[in-house]
Amino acid sequence: MSKKIKISISKLYKIFGQDPKAALEHVLAGTGKSELLAKHEHVLGLQDINVDMQEGEITVIMGLSGSGKSTLIRHLNRLIEPTSGKVEVDGRDVLGYNEEELRNLRRETMSMVFQKFALLPHRTVAENAGTTLKVRGVPRATYLAEAAKWLERVGLKGFGNHYPHQLSGGMQQRVGIARALTSNAPIMLMDEAFSALDPLIRTDMQDLLLELQAELHKTIVFITHDLDEALKLADHLVILKDGYVVQQGEPQDILLNPNDPYIEDFVSDINRARVLRVRSIMTPLQDGQVPADAHGEVDFDDTLESMIAKSGGDTSHSYVVTRDGQAVGTLEMTHLVKALVPRAASEAGARKY
Amino acid sequence: MATYDFLFDALGLRAWCDSGKSADGPVSMADLLAKTGKTTETTIWDLPFPSLDSLNDACGAIAQSRDLTKGVGDGFLAIKGVLRFVLDPLTQPLSWILDGTLSAFEAAPWWIMFPVLMVVVFVASKSLRLVGFVTACLALLAFIDHYDHAMQTLAIIFVCAFLCVLLGVPIGIAMSRNDRLQRVTIPILDMLQTLPPFVYLIPLIFLFSVTEPKLYGIAIILYAIVPVVRLTDLGIRLVDKDVIEAADSFGMTDSQKLFGVQIPLALPNIMAGVNQTIMMSLAMVVIASLVSAPGLGVLVLRGIRNLELGVGLVSGLGIVLLAIILDRVTKAALDRVNAAQKQ
Ligand SMILES: Nc1ncnc2c1ncn2[C@@H]1O[C@H](COP(=O)(O)OP(=O)(O)O)[C@@H](O)[C@H]1O
Ligand SMILES: [Mg+2]
Repeated sequence: MSKKIKISISKLYKIFGQDPKAALEHVLAGTGKSELLAKHEHVLGLQDINVDMQEGEITVIMGLSGSGKSTLIRHLNRLIEPTSGKVEVDGRDVLGYNEEELRNLRRETMSMVFQKFALLPHRTVAENAGTTLKVRGVPRATYLAEAAKWLERVGLKGFGNHYPHQLSGGMQQRVGIARALTSNAPIMLMDEAFSALDPLIRTDMQDLLLELQAELHKTIVFITHDLDEALKLADHLVILKDGYVVQQGEPQDILLNPNDPYIEDFVSDINRARVLRVRSIMTPLQDGQVPADAHGEVDFDDTLESMIAKSGGDTSHSYVVTRDGQAVGTLEMTHLVKALVPRAASEAGARKY
Repeated sequence: MATYDFLFDALGLRAWCDSGKSADGPVSMADLLAKTGKTTETTIWDLPFPSLDSLNDACGAIAQSRDLTKGVGDGFLAIKGVLRFVLDPLTQPLSWILDGTLSAFEAAPWWIMFPVLMVVVFVASKSLRLVGFVTACLALLAFIDHYDHAMQTLAIIFVCAFLCVLLGVPIGIAMSRNDRLQRVTIPILDMLQTLPPFVYLIPLIFLFSVTEPKLYGIAIILYAIVPVVRLTDLGIRLVDKDVIEAADSFGMTDSQKLFGVQIPLALPNIMAGVNQTIMMSLAMVVIASLVSAPGLGVLVLRGIRNLELGVGLVSGLGIVLLAIILDRVTKAALDRVNAAQKQ
């Protein structure tokens, strides 16, 4: 699969305060976030962010509250102007855009979904979903038809003439998603889009998003503070802390090899069996030899949870891992059990008790 | 000898004081008393505040307070010509509109006015009960032969409140978009709101002739425009930041945002402002009968001037009825807007 970089952020800095340029000098000289606030009364929003986002993938940006996630995503459509750095979309530097180009970028290339839905309370659901086309001057009948199509796609058929306040939170966010999809923009920005929803609804919405993504292959930038959500959705995971990137990469990889205590803390509470996949812990086949004593075949992308169910909990089993019908590796159940215990957390736990 | 002589002596200003002494200056009450020859012993209890008048006693070069009032009056009269020259043509349309509307309301027979008002009430409130109530109130007013006066009052309120909204909403919008403008405008609004209505009338009377409708028109508009300006500004500033951000993120232009998001979402506040503006127009139109505004206020004034208790009380009742009608109808319209925007 040939990948193309859709959005590229490099050397991005954002400082909030009276004189960000001057404060930037301090940051470049090594001043940290808390020191900058205490000594120079400037808030360090983002520092030295370098992230490439691939076309057709979901890039998840995760971090605790205040770590700069919202600030980062708002740089992509320039709702916030950077202090320094570069943001490229399709190879063009967004920061050089004039007002007209920026407006076109926001109208045609990117659409955004918000944590608090941000629907227009005085417009019907259909009108809300059509807003993104309406701003471009598309005739009413056309945008309402397009909106109806996407509302149906997100499971809101027949709600077009309701008003947002008549819908539940989950349904309102479906309208938010339909609104973003109606714009037909290739990039979707989602700032904690599911954080305000109940856990069950949230799971539904994640499934909906994955389902849509399988079909539409948008470039999605998804923000969350919830690791489970991040692991479920992410093709590429970026972990932010105090405005800098602690670690980024394939989620499975980060889970198995966390490079920072901050991330270890995060991952220690996760249900690893549900998140880790066979491909991350298998032993690749040496010289095409399939072991004779295997108990069966499992798929490359199966979760460890399904493996445990399959083996009936017997740790003596081993399996052949296949991908598209081809054997690519082997999996020992003993290996699997070891992978279920996070390294750092078990040490910390041993120390604690 | 005056109390503060020592002050000017000590400062060595005696010569200056005496040179400025004019014999033909206005005579103060104290001077007259002094001429009667009764010189009283001054104790610390009688120490006068060093006001203009008491300083003038000691030093003739200092002006008396009545020179001040005279000066202000003269100053106003001096610029009056220029002000008139500018304001007169500018405000002339107001007289025409008021005259036109008044004669239209007066000319229309009651059997046309009643249905028209009923339709207006229904369109604004979508409530048949309210239409019934308003009709009953108007019928009562007509029954006691106060219909003509009530219609005059309504006509004036109609014109003035309409102009308040027409001018006030754009001013409020401009204020909400520009912090500096807001800082300048708010003290002016505060002043307009705190000045007792009588005080407005004084300069206006000198500026325009008392028989011109625009005189009371301006007084009413100045007084009643404040809430609609304030609440438009407030309403737009209070629009949910998240929704504004969403509007930006979809690439709305400023005017798409203003007309598609900000004004509609500020509408409940703007309507609350319109309600207050209408109520304040009613209050002012009664007072403005002092400067020849027709309507129920004239009857109240007659009640006061001629001590005709019954006339005053009954027309007062009429004003109360009008107030209730206007309040109910605008509140009902406001409730409808609120219901549509529940979040
Ligand atoms: N307009 C602003 N002025 C000053 N500080 C800000 C501003 N916006 C955000 N910040 C600060 O930047 C940091 C990151 O904020 P944010 O991006 O909203 O975090 P997150 O979305 O991850 O919770 C926080 O410390 C916040 O206080
Ligand atoms: Mg945030």
